[in-house]
Amino acid sequence: MIAAQALTDMAPGFADLALDAQRTFRRLMDSMAKPGRVTDLDVLVSPPVPGFEAAGAIALALLDFETPVWFPDDADGRRLANWVRFHCGCPVTTDPAAAAFALAGPHNVPQIDHFNAGDAKYPERSTTLLIVCPALVGGAAIDLTGPGIAEPLSIAPAGLSAAFWGAVAQDRARFQLGVDLVLTCGTQIVGLPRSTRISPSSAKGK
Amino acid sequence: MAESEMQQGQEVVEARQRAHALVARNPQETVRALFESLPDLPATQRLRPSETGLIMVRGRIGGDGARFNLGEMPVARATMQIANGTVGVGYVIGRDHDHAELAALADAMVQDPAWRDVLEQHILVPLAEQQAAREALEARKAAATKVEFFTMVRNRGPK
Amino acid sequence: MAYVSVKGGERAIDNAHRWLDEKRRGDPGVAEIEVAQIREQLSLAVDRVMAEGSCYDPELAALALKQARGDVTEAIFLLRAYRTTLPRFGMSQAVSTKDMAVQRRVSAAFKDIPGGQILGPTFDYTHRLINFDLADTGPDTKATLASKPLADQMPTIASVFAHEALLETPEADPADGSEPYDLTREPMAFPAGRDQRLQALARGDEGFLLSLAYASQRGWGNTHPLCGEIRMGNVVVEFQPEELGFPIEVGEITVTECQMISNFEGSAERPPQFTFGYGLVFGHNERKAMSMAIVDRALRHAEVGEAPAHAVQDEEFVLYHSDNVEASGFVQHLKLPHYVDFQAELQFIRRLRREWQAARAPGDGLSEAAE
Repeated sequence: MIAAQALTDMAPGFADLALDAQRTFRRLMDSMAKPGRVTDLDVLVSPPVPGFEAAGAIALALLDFETPVWFPDDADGRRLANWVRFHCGCPVTTDPAAAAFALAGPHNVPQIDHFNAGDAKYPERSTTLLIVCPALVGGAAIDLTGPGIAEPLSIAPAGLSAAFWGAVAQDRARFQLGVDLVLTCGTQIVGLPRSTRISPSSAKGK
Repeated sequence: MAESEMQQGQEVVEARQRAHALVARNPQETVRALFESLPDLPATQRLRPSETGLIMVRGRIGGDGARFNLGEMPVARATMQIANGTVGVGYVIGRDHDHAELAALADAMVQDPAWRDVLEQHILVPLAEQQAAREALEARKAAATKVEFFTMVRNRGPK
Repeated sequence: MAYVSVKGGERAIDNAHRWLDEKRRGDPGVAEIEVAQIREQLSLAVDRVMAEGSCYDPELAALALKQARGDVTEAIFLLRAYRTTLPRFGMSQAVSTKDMAVQRRVSAAFKDIPGGQILGPTFDYTHRLINFDLADTGPDTKATLASKPLADQMPTIASVFAHEALLETPEADPADGSEPYDLTREPMAFPAGRDQRLQALARGDEGFLLSLAYASQRGWGNTHPLCGEIRMGNVVVEFQPEELGFPIEVGEITVTECQMISNFEGSAERPPQFTFGYGLVFGHNERKAMSMAIVDRALRHAEVGEAPAHAVQDEEFVLYHSDNVEASGFVQHLKLPHYVDFQAELQFIRRLRREWQAARAPGDGLSEAAE
């Protein structure tokens, strides 16, 4: 466990505990029901690391003492961990396999297969991974299919490597196990639940 | 040096535990009256909204064995930041946010050298005295109900 | 099973609730009872509501009793419903009953228990005669004060005999660091661990546990308990917030603890010794703590090689039926409209009667069969 730090300069959490959490939850739920669509959470929180606005709001809405959370072990990760632990009372873990949630920045996207994929009896115990991207457009195009996607849909979030997407596709091959992904940038999010199948875009590729 | 820093850290932790316990375990009205008797208090702001939640109280099987969950209890939580940036945390049984905020204020003041002595002298010492007096009173009532067994010796007189 | 929604009762329900409010208030010529009066003067009812409501809050339990017109089970339901509206901050450190500020501590098994027999505020030696003086304002009696307070710590009965290993030592926390079972988070599962059983019993219905304990004493069970120790008083609750990283005291609660002793005649692996049943309850409630300890011991039959033969030894029976909110809900839901069920049963019974009558009509059945 990362030791508790001094609480000075602690950034505030939600202005309205109940309503902001409910709004964030509702929009996250819609976003997971309609994978690949960009949703603006439209909630003002200022986590100690810029860019984590949406990821921070989701953490504030969902985490509590029963949800161990993983952060990269670097300066930003520790600042975020301290902030999230303060507001949510959640344990912070350095073991990805023990994490119910994980928050990662654009520069240190972790290995997907290090996280908890759930098990046959409790698939819902897998890790939900929140990844902050530099932008939700401008990257390599990825085709999405699966529940909640009626028309052909592709996304092109920036900052994620082909190797990352390969690992995600592999993770999804073992559905109903697997991690759930939420890509974020600023206050915007894109839900990519484990039910969404992923492939490099056939339209633009090669 | 690292060791002495750790020792200092331990001292701070113990001071914070003592201050918090004295505020949490004395009636809110008593604590409030003592704080209000101070000529000056640090400026404060709430770092997160004060809130009521639950703690699951645990016991141990047989009194000292494995833990089990006994039942829940409402707890008020507050987090107060004072002018120099120090943050205090308060968790107090019940649903009284004012009480939790006083605990958080005491926790912040005990960490701040500018306030530590004022807190000790005007708040903590009187609270410790009142608590000790209250506990002694209860313990004296209990002691009065202690059974003093005596055995009657019956001497058989000579026939 | 089918449900049909029937509308039209709203006005009747509103008016029923208004009348209920009037009934709760009773004769307006009599002063309205205050929550503080319930909390202070009906404190054992308050304790029971907190214990079975599984929520330690005397103020709320008193309010629930007022709202429920003194119906204890209804008040327990209100408290259970309230707790679901609050977030959970976490789990306390285990309370230390050996450090209890003891108000009462007696051992029926061991007269010379170190620390002594402390009777405390008990009904036990009263004559159970109605005190008509209380019909008016009661006497303003003050407790007697001894010149010296009790010692801070009372040795437990286990510690007294520890050196002889005559009493079993309870199992320690699991070595794998797993957290105790929590039935507010996980569904009931069997076989149940002792942690799960004790949590269920601590919030279980006092009357149900009392009857089970009584039955087990009378022969529908295999316990021959002696009351090793009962203690009641205040314990400190400590909690370690994630953001602090060290535990802090958040307050005191009153609890009642009971250690019931039963013989164990030994097995190939274990020498003969005394075994314990354990009871721990919010508030002052010895009847409940003792019943809990007897039922706990009865449920440990497998550990001591006793053949289960009675209801009190069947953990599914005991744990599934000890919760009075569930029990009350399931029994009382029968008051709700079952119009469709009854229509179906009516048709069924009418058909059976027609068939029965047809079969008994003289000649008919036989002649039909013959044709």
